Amino acid sequence: MNEHDVHTDPGAITELTDAAAHQHTKVAPDGSAIGYKARKTLRIRVELQRQIRRRRTQLVLGFLVLLPFILALSFEIGQSDPNRRSGGFVDLATASGINFVVLTLFVSGSFLLPMIVALFFGDTIASEASWSSLKYLLAAPIPRHRLLRQKAISSGILSFFALALLPAVALGVGVVWYGAGEVVSPTGEAAPFADGVLGMALAVCYIAINLFWVAGLAMFLSVSTDAPLGAVGGTVLVSILSQILDQIQPLEDLRNYLPTHYAMAWVDLLSTDIDWSEMARGTFSALVYGGVFTLLAARQFKTKDITS
Amino acid sequence: MPVSFKEANIDAPESPDSAQTVTIETRLYLPQQTPAPAIMLAHGFGGSLRSVHTQAEEYARRGFVVLTWSARGFGRSTGQIALNSLDREVRDAQKLVDFLGTRDEVQKDGGGDPRVGVTGASYGGALSLLLAGVDKRVDTLVPVITYNDLAQSLLPNSAMATPRSDATPAATAFGEDGVFKRSWAGIFFSAGMTSIDLSSPTGEAPEMGQTEANQPATQQQPGGNSGAAGQPPTPSLGACGRFTPEVCTAYTEVATTGRASQKTLELLRKSSPVAVADQIKQPTMLVQGEQDTLFGLDQSDATARQIAAAGGKVKTVWYAGGHDGGNPGTALRGEIGDWMAFHLQGKGTDPGTGFEYTVQGAFRSSGQPSLRTVQAPAYPGLSGSPTERKTLKLSGREQVAVNPAGGNPAAISNLPGLGSALSRSSAISSRLSIDLPGQAAVFTSDALDSQVLLTGSSTVRLRVARGDQTSGEAILFAKLYDVSADGTRVLPGSAVAPFRVALPPDGSAAEVTVTLPPAVRPVESEHKLALVVSTTDQAFANAEQPAAYRISLASDEISVPVVPGRNVTTGFPTSALWGIAIALLVLIGAGIVAMFRRRLAHDSDPDLADVPLVISGLTKSYPGGLTAVKDLSFRVEHGQVLGLLGPNGAGKTTTLRMVMGLIHPSEGHIRVFGHKVTPGAPVLSRIGSFVEGSGFLPHLSGAANLRLYWAATGRPLEEAHVEEALEIAGLGDAVHRRVRTYSQGMRQRLAIAQAMLGLPDLLILDEPTNGLDPPQIHQMREVLRRYAAAGRTVLVSSHLLAEVEQTCSHVVVMHKGQLVAAGEVADIAAGGGEATFRVDSPSKAADVLRGLEGVHDVHEDEDAVHASMNGVPRAAALSALVAAGVAVDQAGPRRRLEDAFLELVGE
Repeated sequence: MNEHDVHTDPGAITELTDAAAHQHTKVAPDGSAIGYKARKTLRIRVELQRQIRRRRTQLVLGFLVLLPFILALSFEIGQSDPNRRSGGFVDLATASGINFVVLTLFVSGSFLLPMIVALFFGDTIASEASWSSLKYLLAAPIPRHRLLRQKAISSGILSFFALALLPAVALGVGVVWYGAGEVVSPTGEAAPFADGVLGMALAVCYIAINLFWVAGLAMFLSVSTDAPLGAVGGTVLVSILSQILDQIQPLEDLRNYLPTHYAMAWVDLLSTDIDWSEMARGTFSALVYGGVFTLLAARQFKTKDITS
Repeated sequence: MPVSFKEANIDAPESPDSAQTVTIETRLYLPQQTPAPAIMLAHGFGGSLRSVHTQAEEYARRGFVVLTWSARGFGRSTGQIALNSLDREVRDAQKLVDFLGTRDEVQKDGGGDPRVGVTGASYGGALSLLLAGVDKRVDTLVPVITYNDLAQSLLPNSAMATPRSDATPAATAFGEDGVFKRSWAGIFFSAGMTSIDLSSPTGEAPEMGQTEANQPATQQQPGGNSGAAGQPPTPSLGACGRFTPEVCTAYTEVATTGRASQKTLELLRKSSPVAVADQIKQPTMLVQGEQDTLFGLDQSDATARQIAAAGGKVKTVWYAGGHDGGNPGTALRGEIGDWMAFHLQGKGTDPGTGFEYTVQGAFRSSGQPSLRTVQAPAYPGLSGSPTERKTLKLSGREQVAVNPAGGNPAAISNLPGLGSALSRSSAISSRLSIDLPGQAAVFTSDALDSQVLLTGSSTVRLRVARGDQTSGEAILFAKLYDVSADGTRVLPGSAVAPFRVALPPDGSAAEVTVTLPPAVRPVESEHKLALVVSTTDQAFANAEQPAAYRISLASDEISVPVVPGRNVTTGFPTSALWGIAIALLVLIGAGIVAMFRRRLAHDSDPDLADVPLVISGLTKSYPGGLTAVKDLSFRVEHGQVLGLLGPNGAGKTTTLRMVMGLIHPSEGHIRVFGHKVTPGAPVLSRIGSFVEGSGFLPHLSGAANLRLYWAATGRPLEEAHVEEALEIAGLGDAVHRRVRTYSQGMRQRLAIAQAMLGLPDLLILDEPTNGLDPPQIHQMREVLRRYAAAGRTVLVSSHLLAEVEQTCSHVVVMHKGQLVAAGEVADIAAGGGEATFRVDSPSKAADVLRGLEGVHDVHEDEDAVHASMNGVPRAAALSALVAAGVAVDQAGPRRRLEDAFLELVGE
């Protein structure tokens, strides 16, 4: 018998049964074993450990670190073209480090950021279901509402970290490449660098709030299916559909009801006199959509039979 | 919904004392409700009442009576074009006011005095100013992209020996003896010849919050806006077209000589709003375009100054359009409508007398610049403080610029008449500005260290001297470029400031102040301003004689106007904030309600506190009619190893999942240690389970999986006995490998170890020996038996009889979701002392057995005999059978369980 064999030592059984014989479970009034407290189950720290050690999480975060470098590099290549027209992305992006951040958020705002949020929220429960580990967590028992909440909070922390990581790296790259000059808004306003940093911080907060609807929908799909791809892909599809509809002009004001309609409202933050109305509407829209989807998710998960 | 209108022809005297009349065609658009205030809507040069039809309908929908007409010489109106002469076109318009005074649909201020506002663009805008100046019945006016002084528009001179003291942002020199704006004047004049309008802007100017995608497509007729759509162009009426002979003569003079006589200047001035601006007391909103090389911002600036000086109320709006950039867009037309509504109907908030300008950003995401509108409380310099000016340093040595003979080739700054098509294409418009080498002097500022928002006309002082003997006077063109760090030049508004300066014959320099073309341009930090003074420009009548000039800076400063203001915002988003608050409250409320519901759900029966599992009346049926478990009831007592036996599909796993709170029972209930099982019930913490396969995070090792699982339960680590459990799994050093590399059996062992974490009081294992090899199965039985012996309870499900027989103390047999049998394994298996003998001749053997004392209930099978032995040893019966010559194949206890089970499985 060597170390590599799969084998239970007879002594081990004795050890276990001895331990069992000596340990008598004390019982709390609610019927649980003493030491079990529902409010201590699946603490955020534990769930984060479970998620951060996944290759998926590491790849996403790694990509977000890499993206600003890729963008900066592509502008280096793009800038050498003498025939490029002025007033494009390049001019906006290369004015200062903050402008580079603006551009990074601008190009990733419509697809990448919703996808990341959809990934963190949509995958979280569906992947447990696909690994069959969900039933053991629920039988531990982690109350269902708590499991949903802790997973949502953890996904929220990861998503926010990802949302903040991208502009933070972009800021670093931008300052090194393009300096800490005045930030120039798309409407031609200039603001000091410090104001720009504050504006970007607020922009990240707004984007995070605005993507609440994505989180809610992904969560709902995540508890509705055992296939992580279905939950993530379904959410991204809805987001794309909403963006396509947003471009259909004959819909006119109906487009205001699309969840992605206010996704770019954070651009208003670059102004010296900030127009909060679009962002307030975007926040409201995201809260309503996100809230409805979250309640649906909670209801669905509460009444669901776990068969995975 | 189309708005109804009435057409009428109105006759007006050809000239004040003339007996001849001209016929003016008119249309009266009526709103839903009358009487209502009226708006007179005048058309642009080359247009007719048809070209303002859409706009008229818009105002009519807002509740105004709208009167449109074709000015004399245009459309189907007769007469000749006298360029908004006070005696001709303006009198015609007064006739129209009379007409409105007679209509019942129009609200009146008094007898024959209708409540009326006048608006119009370009030629029509000038008419509105002239009419308001002479007719006090006009209550308010909104002139759009129009001129103050036609002489200054067509023959501008931007230089003066002594600087003007005007404090407004866009005041330009308005010097005498200007340079002829050849291209524009030609286009303007030809519009009167052919009724084909090249001078009016095409399309709409971009507006704030618009992207190219949502800009309405404009239908563009070939050759500009045809004034008389559906009509053939006016047949040629000779060289003068439909112009009066006076106007025709004046144009011919200027066009051929490039200079205007005093008479011509007077004719032009008399037709210009400057003649009556000091009479205008009505509230006036001046709308001027930032992309306008025909009637620039300086024109409305002059009008504003003149009206304000006479005590009138003026609001000024600069928008991102003009003759080169497009008509006012939806938002601006709405603002004009708001102005009319307030001043004619008293509706809405006071639009005030402020100043609004539109800033075009450098950023074009889809070909369309991003815009914002800036508001200042007042047009600076009208009253109160003058325009704020920033002074920047310019540098550059004296340079010599040459005028080529015939003024050709010439620098290019703009292409009049192509209008908005050009300014929308950044690629073209930025390349359009061409300065020819040798023909221009260039002076450059240092790179800016912070942004400057240029708003109006900058001024510089220049010195110009003869470069050779031939040059007596100089025609020069000054322009101010925004030069980015990489050298890209942009000429804001594509505008140039032409100036004529007489040069002293002794070769000394003439010193002049040049006002550069007014523009709105955010010049970013790192950018430079470049002042270019060139000798030629394509759009103007250049000097014919070859000459050379020495040009230098008289002062190394350029004075740049800035008008600070606030961005126009849509106001405080009250309703959205209320919405946010309500949405948050609803979400929080839902959370609180759910919490109380959970609190109330607890249910326990203290009598059963020592019974590990009681299942009563348990049913699970799915929508669609499938019933997986039907009315199942059994108990598991302390210390038992209970086997749940049944063929595949008997409902065993469904039952176990219900015990774990994973599946909601349709009926009946489950109590574990007296507590009713609900999803996530705390009592589940006393159960360890392994149901239908393992569930591990594949990216973590076996050991990490168990540790994280225990951490997820939130219970103290010392209760877990992780080491003991891992020893049971016996995976060796494989516990440190990722689970995705494990074999089925290894996962199974790890899963069973996970179920044992925390040494649960009730251990539930579903088919625990699946996938294990015989020695491992043997060990597993050992583990389960000894675990139960240590004061715990074990529930094992299996579809294998032998498995249950060898492992369990008790058994529950299930089939098709129902209970078939339950009891001690020995009881059920051994069947109370019955024996079975497998023999060659069952009938003979039965006879033998019946003959033995005490043996009864003998019955035969196909190849066996069963009997109740009643204490008679099987060995005795066996020897009796052998003695009787029966060949006995096998003798043993009767296996009822097996029989029953086989019967079920065999079905």
